Amino acid sequence: MLAFRRGESGGAMEVFLQQLINGVTLGSIYGLIAIGYTMVYGIIGMVNFAHGDVFMLSAFIALLILLLLTQMLGLGAAPAFIVAMGASMALTALWNYAIERVAYRRLRGSFRLAPLISAIGMSTFLANFVTVTQGPNNKSIPPMWDQVITLTSGGAYDVTLSYRQILIVAVTGVLLAAFWFVVQKTPLGRAQRACEQDAKMAALLGVDVNRTVALTFVIGAALAAVAGSLYLLQYGVVKSTDGFVPGVKAFTAAVLGGIGSLPGAVLGGLLIGLIETLWGQYFSSDYKDVAAFSVLAVTLIFMPSGLMGRPDVEKV
Amino acid sequence: MTALLSISGLTAFYGSVQALRGVDLEVGKGEVVALIGSNGAGKSTLMMSIFGNPRARDGRILFDGQDITDMPTHEIARLSIAQSPEGRRIFSRMTVYENLQMGAAVAGFAGFEANLDKVFGIFPRLKERLKQRGGTLSGGEQQMLAIARALMSNPKLLLLDEPSLGLAPLVCKQIFETVKRLNEEEGLSVFLVEQDAHHALKLAHRAYVLVNGAVTMSGKGADLLRDPKVRAAYLEGGAH
Ligand SMILES: Nc1ncnc2c1ncn2[C@@H]1O[C@H](COP(=O)(O)OP(=O)(O)OP(=O)(O)O)[C@@H](O)[C@H]1O
Ligand SMILES: [Mg+2]
Repeated sequence: MLAFRRGESGGAMEVFLQQLINGVTLGSIYGLIAIGYTMVYGIIGMVNFAHGDVFMLSAFIALLILLLLTQMLGLGAAPAFIVAMGASMALTALWNYAIERVAYRRLRGSFRLAPLISAIGMSTFLANFVTVTQGPNNKSIPPMWDQVITLTSGGAYDVTLSYRQILIVAVTGVLLAAFWFVVQKTPLGRAQRACEQDAKMAALLGVDVNRTVALTFVIGAALAAVAGSLYLLQYGVVKSTDGFVPGVKAFTAAVLGGIGSLPGAVLGGLLIGLIETLWGQYFSSDYKDVAAFSVLAVTLIFMPSGLMGRPDVEKV
Repeated sequence: MTALLSISGLTAFYGSVQALRGVDLEVGKGEVVALIGSNGAGKSTLMMSIFGNPRARDGRILFDGQDITDMPTHEIARLSIAQSPEGRRIFSRMTVYENLQMGAAVAGFAGFEANLDKVFGIFPRLKERLKQRGGTLSGGEQQMLAIARALMSNPKLLLLDEPSLGLAPLVCKQIFETVKRLNEEEGLSVFLVEQDAHHALKLAHRAYVLVNGAVTMSGKGADLLRDPKVRAAYLEGGAH
């Protein structure tokens, strides 16, 4: 656990580059989860504590479908993964829709803490539900796409880029672009933004606020399911308690980026991913979670509106 | 004249505070009706309770013969009632254009371009500011945008809560003229709340006076304009 444990024998630059690549990969996943936190907070002012567990659930759904398709039906890795991710997006979205209806909607008008408490309950329920049905241990998939491209070689340390990492960053990029388009350019996205700013006024203009809030949960869950599927792909294993730590990190990302801000969530995700991997490399990998959580505390104390937090009214 | 909006025995509360105490009121098809009253009388509450916010506790609200008392707010809006509410409530992080798009959402986008031209004809200023964020407009420009946004839905009934607030006298006059023109040329029905009782009563076919959550007087705009009690309270610097 010594600092510079690889860098000591030279190749410090290569090590740094490698950790940048790893950090961006991890950060993509955090960013996808963070969007779910930030959107829900933006529209109903609630920290959806169960979102990390929704992410974990989505990874399990992807795992089960992937195993079914590859081991029982003998499908190839690529089509199996695409189907598994798509199905996980759909099923997780449905789950989250149900959660919103059952556990949050009725509490929306009551005191602020009520939905948060309900969300903590939902988080506990989801984690335990998966523990009971799937067991408490790691479940794994066979490694997929583990070929690597060697970027630098001959030095003390080879910098590599795995096919998986390329896939993760590419899928994240494409989905974020599509998502950004929906939010910025479609009537649906406009209604969503209108509800964020003034839900009562939006209703006065004919926007069905309940439906828009439900859609926010659906979209957040679908993106979390993409993150869950990619997480599974990258690490090969998932267990029922895996919702908590990535969930808190993604929440940290949302706060760091400025809660309510979509670009902020992505930026925050990338930063948390980088902080975590670089800290693990240069200081102590035992304390890499502590590093990420310290960021949460420091942000909340010194910069509560985050990096891209928005002032409500601005004069040009 | 057939009633487009008909309110009977309407009461509304904020928590345990009663804001409306059995209001009876009608707006006929093609009519301009004004509501005057001092601060805190419940005018804005009445405007908003037509949309169910706050919900009527007692009484009934009919629009075009349909009972809308318990209808969800967005469904009421979809019946083609539009409101430029108190405080303007522009979407401050959206551009002027997006605010207008939001206004048109109910009508679908069929007549969008034509409506856009129409509101630009009324408020040319908005055309110059199309890409600007709502929150960065001046107060008067925001008021124009709020009215324009309401017009974008092709409403049958237009509710205006203090449309002249914060506007320069000239723009204010222009807005009253616009309302008059839309009413005369397109048969738009208008229900407006106005602090400027003089202008409002001159413009309106009929008017109501609201005091402490209840209607105390009603009649032709011109008649109320001459009424000594109305003059004392709302026109000659009496109550406020
Ligand atoms: N959201 C609210 N919660 C509690 N009380 C409210 C709320 N909105 C209005 N009220 C109260 O209801 C009463 C009527 O308010 P309302 O806004 O309808 O008055 P108004 O006639 O529009 O006044 P103004 O001319 O100042 O706009 C007031 O006493 C006000 O304090
Ligand atoms: Mg008012």
